[in-house]
Amino acid sequence: MEDAKLVASPVPFIEPGIVRLTVNGQIKTLQIAPWTTLLDALRKYANLTGTKKGCDHGQCGACTVLVNGTRINACLTLAVMHDDHEITTIEGLANGNELHPLQTAFVDHDAFQCGYCTPGQICSAVGLMNEGHAKTAADVREGMSGNICRCGAYPHIIDAVMEVMQKEKP
Amino acid sequence: MTYIGQPVKRVDGNDKVTGKAKYAAEVNIPDLTYGYVVSGTITKGTILDIDEWTARAVPGVIEAFTHKNRPHTAWFDLNYKDQDAPPGSPFRPLQDAEVKYNGQPIALVVAETFEVARYAASLITVSYAEKPHETNLDDHLAEARDPKTGLATLLKPLPPKPCGNADAALAAAPVSIRTHHVHGPQHHNPMEMFGTTVDYGKEDKDGTPYLTIYDKTQGAPNSQLYMAQIFGLPFSHVRVISPYVGGGFGSGLRPQYQLFLAVMAAKALKRSVRVTLTRQQMFTFGHRPQTVQNVSLGATPDGTLTAVKHDATAATSQFEDYTEVVVNWTGMLYDVPDTTLAYKISPLDIYSPLDMRTPGGVTGGHAIETAMDALAYELGMDPVELRLKNYSEKDWTEDNKPFSSKELRECFRQGAERFGWSTRNAEPRSMRREHTLMGWGMATGIWDANCLPARAEAVLTVNGKLRVSSATADIGTGTYTIMTQIAADTLGMPIEDVIFKLGDTDMPLAPFQGGSFTAATVGSAVKQVCDDLGKKLFKLARKAPKSPFHDADWDEVNFVDGQMRLKKDPAVTMALIDIVALNGGRAVSETSTSLPNPLKTAKFSKHTHSAAFVEVEVDEDLGTVTVTRAVSAIAAGRILNPRTARSQIIGGMVWGISHALHEDSKMDHRYGRFMNQNLAEYHMPVAADIHNLDVIFVEEHDEIVNPLGVKGLGEIGVVAMPAAIANAVFHATGKRIYDLPITLDRVLY
Repeated sequence: MEDAKLVASPVPFIEPGIVRLTVNGQIKTLQIAPWTTLLDALRKYANLTGTKKGCDHGQCGACTVLVNGTRINACLTLAVMHDDHEITTIEGLANGNELHPLQTAFVDHDAFQCGYCTPGQICSAVGLMNEGHAKTAADVREGMSGNICRCGAYPHIIDAVMEVMQKEKP
Repeated sequence: MTYIGQPVKRVDGNDKVTGKAKYAAEVNIPDLTYGYVVSGTITKGTILDIDEWTARAVPGVIEAFTHKNRPHTAWFDLNYKDQDAPPGSPFRPLQDAEVKYNGQPIALVVAETFEVARYAASLITVSYAEKPHETNLDDHLAEARDPKTGLATLLKPLPPKPCGNADAALAAAPVSIRTHHVHGPQHHNPMEMFGTTVDYGKEDKDGTPYLTIYDKTQGAPNSQLYMAQIFGLPFSHVRVISPYVGGGFGSGLRPQYQLFLAVMAAKALKRSVRVTLTRQQMFTFGHRPQTVQNVSLGATPDGTLTAVKHDATAATSQFEDYTEVVVNWTGMLYDVPDTTLAYKISPLDIYSPLDMRTPGGVTGGHAIETAMDALAYELGMDPVELRLKNYSEKDWTEDNKPFSSKELRECFRQGAERFGWSTRNAEPRSMRREHTLMGWGMATGIWDANCLPARAEAVLTVNGKLRVSSATADIGTGTYTIMTQIAADTLGMPIEDVIFKLGDTDMPLAPFQGGSFTAATVGSAVKQVCDDLGKKLFKLARKAPKSPFHDADWDEVNFVDGQMRLKKDPAVTMALIDIVALNGGRAVSETSTSLPNPLKTAKFSKHTHSAAFVEVEVDEDLGTVTVTRAVSAIAAGRILNPRTARSQIIGGMVWGISHALHEDSKMDHRYGRFMNQNLAEYHMPVAADIHNLDVIFVEEHDEIVNPLGVKGLGEIGVVAMPAAIANAVFHATGKRIYDLPITLDRVLY
């Protein structure tokens, strides 16, 4: 078959190059190939494993990070596309030992069990609040529905986000 | 007691919300290589050839392993049996050219980077000689047979022999009901994909390496045993570490093939290796089996059950007889003299099924409890009344033993009251909310309250901190937190001074985490070892010069506020830190084994119970079903931590909703392959699907199950939900849907 032969011939090997990412206020200079996703760049090359890989297809939300304050799936974008961007991961939310209000609320409400989707949930909630559209619990449920929690902590996640949203209401 | 029973916040909470918690594929070690698995694409047959030479040519590729060049492994099946292996011959990755199921791992490409490994894996070409396959249970129900028994059947008993004559009783019954249920297969899909990082350490004088293996598992000792047996490694050379597990739900009860492949590659290449599966590959091993059930119930007009028949046929693989307890629950809930329970399996060209949260319980529970609802309607009786009418004080499946405790009656009462059940109009289609139909349904749940042997170590350090450890797991259940509470209470210490560690084969042996038995099992070991450490401290204190405890006996002291005290005169104290100081500058440590007491427990049937009350809204135009609110009343003995316990039950209820309305692994039988092998098409609930969930813990004292009176919570939150939802859908629509999940096509047509 013609197609099978095409698949079997390797593309020219892609040499790694230098990518400079600004992550949590720090510049990370990484030598990575252009086909490296932002998610793999963070987890493996920058050793920031707080951002999780749950599907690698933009279907679960575990890899949610903030790029210039907007929540995105880090698995659906390449690291080289983010040279000038401010990236915030779960490791960058706390201020030293002082947790971000959402982190505190997640612990207080027991808004997780295994903890694997949690960094994505929290980053997603920060992004949701930045967007400013969510007003009610129903809005939060809808707006947080890109983040799967297999342990089923949803009611507690919504409680935690609502508590912080209400406290921060102007 | 200060901490047990209190809503202590998760002690591992900070690590989880800050990203510090390290899961198996996150331990970044120097010179790590990356393995990528190539999955087979046929269901049955032989690999004629694998061409991996193009892959090898990619710069950065170190090796491509296939059945042709894999290193030698053990010969005998026994070596491949892990602690949760069903009877049969376990699957061996890369064993030979034979393909046994679709998605079978057929090659592993190892490269210097993940990206190169992934790319090179895509270049591998395979040719097969295909054989016809059989994957459809519907076509093979008639050939179903009795399962082989083995070690696994000890915890999962097959149904008892029939009693009386259920057929005759059924024929004679004035009122009867027959139901037929088909449940599709499901996949666990924990959020963390299976992954293993093998740190290739130094070699001993014989050249055998010390391997430190970070594995996603529900039992580090199980992974250790499996690897040591297969690769002929001494246990001392195989250390498995698993402090955090990104969800298990049963998928980590058996070692998965990425562990085998990672260790194989590390050993062969003398390099550290990480192998992680893709989400698609998460559909290429154990799953909840497809199951077909029939229930027949006979009753007198007053609702007394006179005949029970419940049979189940489940799919298994061609190589292992996986079984689960599906029908026995019926006999535990309803004690009817004329009862026949039956369970058979039918081997197909699929991978062996694997316990998935509430294995069998959620399957059989849905069948019997929807049948009971149908019977209630046939009788014109309230569904709660029908269950009270047939309330059983003894377990028919275990020679009519009494229950060690059973507060199910209270579950019905408190659950119904909280839900507002008494205002229900029993007439189907009688309740509406604006455009949508509304329905209320209820069901009973039951699960095991097992307790197994386990070991734990406790160390009181010279600076007065208590460190307790056991090689158990915390897959999100709260093990870290409740064990810390138990240890702190047993030695009367402030919780900040207590640390509990788990998930490391260097720690004392504990069973894998599963079956809702960890709280009872490891909790008993932690209590035991802290008691034993206390005795050691007491002996030290008594021997001290001018000891105030010189004449005291062990039962005359207790531990409060970091001190040992004389019970009769609490002013007589010694701080624990001062007692340790008597040990010549060394910590005081103890290792203990806790064993269940069969003399005490054998005369009883030990179970948790629940009642679920559910409200659904059904949009008749679209066929959509929404669970708008649900109440679960749980009787599960002593609740160690209401905060983490509530999360367990809420999570279980979400699983119940998912089981009833969402999850279904759809196979295209022409190809023998699951079609929806990704998280967009394998439907699981998201936040928008989950509404008002309420949990009641009914007070239940049980002195028999174990010294802590704990029964476990991992599964009981799930069991009653699917039937309660199905019954609510009937109440809303007047339509009985006995198959799961209740998707919109089933509602509409």
